[in-house]
Formats: sequence, structure tokens, C-alpha cells
Amino acid sequence: MTPATVRTRSAGRAAVTIIGALAIYEVVARAGIFPAALLPTIPAVVKTLWTMLADGTMVKHAMSTLLRVLFGFSLAAALGLPLGILMARFRPVEQFFMPLVSVLMPIPSLAWVPVFILWFGLGNTTTVLVVFYAATFPMLLNTWSGVRSVNPLWLRAASAMGASGQSLFWKVIIPGASPFIITGLRQAFLRSWVAVVGAEIIAASAWGLGWVIFDAKEFLNADIMMASLAVIGIIGFFFERVVFGTAERATILKWGMVRAARG
Amino acid sequence: MQHIEVNHVSLVYDTPGGKVPGVDDVSFTMAPSEFLCLVGPSGCGKTTLLNIIAGFLSPVAGEIRIGGNAVNGYGQDRGIVFQDFAQLFPWRTALGNVTFGLEMKGVAKAEREAIALEQLKLVKLDKFAHSYPHHLSGGMQQRVAIARALAYNPAVLLMDEPFAALDALTRDDMQRLLADVWRETRKTVIYVTHNVAEAVFLADRVIVMTPHPGRVKAEVRISLPRPRDPLSVEFLEYQKALLRHLSEPSRADAQ
Ligand SMILES: Nc1ncnc2c1ncn2[C@@H]1O[C@H](COP(=O)(O)OP(=O)(O)O)[C@@H](O)[C@H]1O
Ligand SMILES: [Mg+2]
Repeated sequence: MTPATVRTRSAGRAAVTIIGALAIYEVVARAGIFPAALLPTIPAVVKTLWTMLADGTMVKHAMSTLLRVLFGFSLAAALGLPLGILMARFRPVEQFFMPLVSVLMPIPSLAWVPVFILWFGLGNTTTVLVVFYAATFPMLLNTWSGVRSVNPLWLRAASAMGASGQSLFWKVIIPGASPFIITGLRQAFLRSWVAVVGAEIIAASAWGLGWVIFDAKEFLNADIMMASLAVIGIIGFFFERVVFGTAERATILKWGMVRAARG
Repeated sequence: MQHIEVNHVSLVYDTPGGKVPGVDDVSFTMAPSEFLCLVGPSGCGKTTLLNIIAGFLSPVAGEIRIGGNAVNGYGQDRGIVFQDFAQLFPWRTALGNVTFGLEMKGVAKAEREAIALEQLKLVKLDKFAHSYPHHLSGGMQQRVAIARALAYNPAVLLMDEPFAALDALTRDDMQRLLADVWRETRKTVIYVTHNVAEAVFLADRVIVMTPHPGRVKAEVRISLPRPRDPLSVEFLEYQKALLRHLSEPSRADAQ
């Protein structure tokens, strides 16, 4: 099988799973166990989604959320990747930061929302900071593990061939740690995406997918809530499968450093 | 003139469980372009000795001289091939692996790729230049590793049981190929093995080491014409001689 047919089949299987789940939802929604206003049917949700897409509001909500995520994620990468590398390479850096990481990491990012609101008010600063908090630790920890788990044989072989300093770092350590680094980015994105919606529910004003869900609750607009949830799921799926999937295929999968996922 | 001198080299590992001797007072010399095999039971310190010569470990006593200069750390005058197939960089193609040392030397891209392709041709892998290591068999990966160690033209080639993890048939092929490569390149080779037949097939001279902690127990010069016939009577005689050295208790143990 060529990689392309493998991907088509995998997409086919994903479609089967998702269509199956939607069908079950539709059956439950139509059974009349719950009022239609609370559990709208799929056509009703699609209609609402379509209206919101057509008038541009859904795009604006989604873009607001996405920008917050990308901003917070980039900040987290700018801190987490270098710090993870430094911790793995230099004992004093590790000894200084490890206790800090151990204390900060278990605090849920959403627990910071009230504090950030107090400091920065409602809006983008707070939501971006929450994303930053959620994304930093997966990147940092994975990078740290990745650099420490670089095969010592590669380092020896490279040193014997004259690599040192910069060349050893960029040409051996970073590619050698890449399976972990990519996993770190992937986990960080997922955490960001989860965190941003939570943060928006509490701290956003007027725009964002989390905000629109919370706002719809006030008016019992279950169809808007469902439509927004669908958009959250679809964008998350797109990043997980398309963005990170492509990045993996172009690197660690091609190099045989991890095996292909099934499904 | 001697190319390599190993003078009274000892190494002790500091482990949580106490001090473990690695090698004990090893001395020998090598002429340029000589092929030397180090033979000894598992755990006697062959890898340790090779790593000292490579410069990865510093001996607690003694010194190594290569071309008259004392070894201090690793250097591009020595190429190294390990036993583990995982020594290749998985993120580089066969060609990319072989060019690595030249890249570190600052050789221009076109030139280093031309040289690397020559080396791959030498180990009969030029057709796989653009394959990634995980698409190559174990034997092919070891051949890439040999090409990689030769590409930047070190005078000395250090090999630590490079074929031990291969099946017997592939290993025979690899030994023949290595003998050819050595005949063409005339490197000074130190080749570690625990396989007596392999040593007789490849070596000009074999150093037999005692069991742990390793000392030099015997030296056997293999005066057979090349290419060698592993089924000849003389070949089997040498094998027997080496096996006798390996199995008889050493004088130190008997004392
Ligand atoms: N990194 C290490 N730390 C502690 N002891 C070691 C280490 N490497 C090897 N040894 C010990 O040194 C001895 C020689 O090992 P080694 O050189 O690997 O032997 P060989 O290659 O001949 O099998 C063994 O007893 C082994 O347990
Ligand atoms: Mg060994």
C-alpha cells in the first residue's frame, strides 16, 4: 500500500467512526426523551451553523479563539523549548527550575483565570496567558526528556566525526530529540485548545468560541452551543490530524523514529 | 615506525557498587596498515580498550600514542564503527550519514557528496545512497557505518564487533567485503571480536585477552595468504591455537 492509500483508508475509517457517533446522537435527539430546545437535531444545528457562518459571526468567534491559542502557544514555545533544552544540557539550570516546574505544573491553568482577571481584567491578555500556562509544561517536559534520551551512540559517533558545540546541537541533538519535541508541541496544542475555551467562558468579552457557548446558555440557545462545540471539535481535529500529522509524516515518520498511528 | 602504541593502559570504572576494573595494564604496538584483532571473552574489556583508543575514555594509567602523538580525546584521525545498528543517524539518508564527517570538516556540499558516493560504492551501497537507515537491513546499515567512518579519511579504523549482531551468512559476506575494503584503503585497523574464525579470517595479528579484568594474554601472527580459505587446514590450525589460548587458565589466575 502506498502512503496515500493508507491515508485515504485512515480518513475513511475516521469518517465511519464520526458518522456513527452522529447517527446515535440524531436518534436520541429525535426520540423525544429531551425537549428539542435542549437537544436540537443535527439539521437544526447545521442550519444555525450555516447562518452564523454566512453572517460572519462564527468565523470571527473562531478566529478570535484561534489567534489567542496561536499567540499563547508561540509564547509557550519560545519559553518551553529553550528552557527544556537548557535543563537537559545543564545541571544547574535543571536543579534551579525543576522544583519550580514541579510546583507550577499541577496547578490547572483555569485556576489562574480569576487571578489573571484581577491583574489584567477581562479580555485577550488573560486568555492568552492561560493558553501560555497550559502549553508551556508539555513542551518543556517533553523537550527535556527528548534531549536526555538522545542515543549516546549518536553523540559519540558525531563527536568522533568532529562535531561539537553548535553543529552537535543542531545536527544531532535537536533531530535526535525530535520525536519528543513533536509530541510536546502536539500535547501543548491540545492543552491550549482545551484551556482557551475554558478561559473564554470566564474571561472573554464579546468574541470567542468559549464565550459564545456561555452566552448562548443565557438564552437557552442549545443549537448555537452545539454549533460552537462542533466548530471547536473540527478545528481541533484539523490541527491534530492535518497540521501535526503532516509535520510527523515529513520528519519522524519518514525517518522511522516512530511507527505510523493506526486509525 | 610504529603507528599505534598502547603503553601500560589501565582503566577502572567507578560504579555505585564500587570500583570495577575495565582493562588492566595492556600494552601492544601496531605497524601502519596493520589489521589487528582483539579477541577475548565477553566482559573482558575489549570495548573499554577500544573506547580508550578512540578517546571516549581516559585511562587511569598508561598512554596511547598514534603517529607519535599522545591521544587526548577523540579526533578525526580515527574512524569508529560500533556494534549497534542504531549508530546511524535515522534522520539522514545513507549518503547524508556518510557526508557527516566531511560536513564537519567544512568540505563543500558537491565535493563531500561525491566522496561519500565513492565510499558507498566501496561498500557496494551506491544504489541505496538516498535511502533512510530504517529501510536498510542490518548488514547494509553496518556497511553504511563503515563508509561513514572511512569518508573523512582517518588513518585508523576502530571497529567494535561490527558484525556480531548479523546472521552467519551475512556475516561471512561482510567479512569478505571488509577484507576487500581494507586491501584498497590500507587503514590501520583495530577490530574487536569474540569470534575466533572472524579473527583468523581478517587479522594480520591477533591479541588474545584474559577474562575480566582484561590483560594481554597472547599474541598470534596469522601468516596466511589472502584471500583466506576458512576451510583450509592452516586456517583451522590457527583457530584451534586461538581457542587454546582462550580456554587455558591464565598464569595470573593460576598463581
Ligand atoms: N560504563 C561502565 N560502568 C561500569 N562498568 C563497566 C562499564 N562498561 C563496562 N564495564 C565493565 O567493564 C568490564 C569490561 O567491559 P567491556 O569493555 O564492555 O567488555 P567487552 O567489550 O569485552 O565485552 C565489564 O566487567 C563491565 O561490566
Ligand atoms: Mg563489547
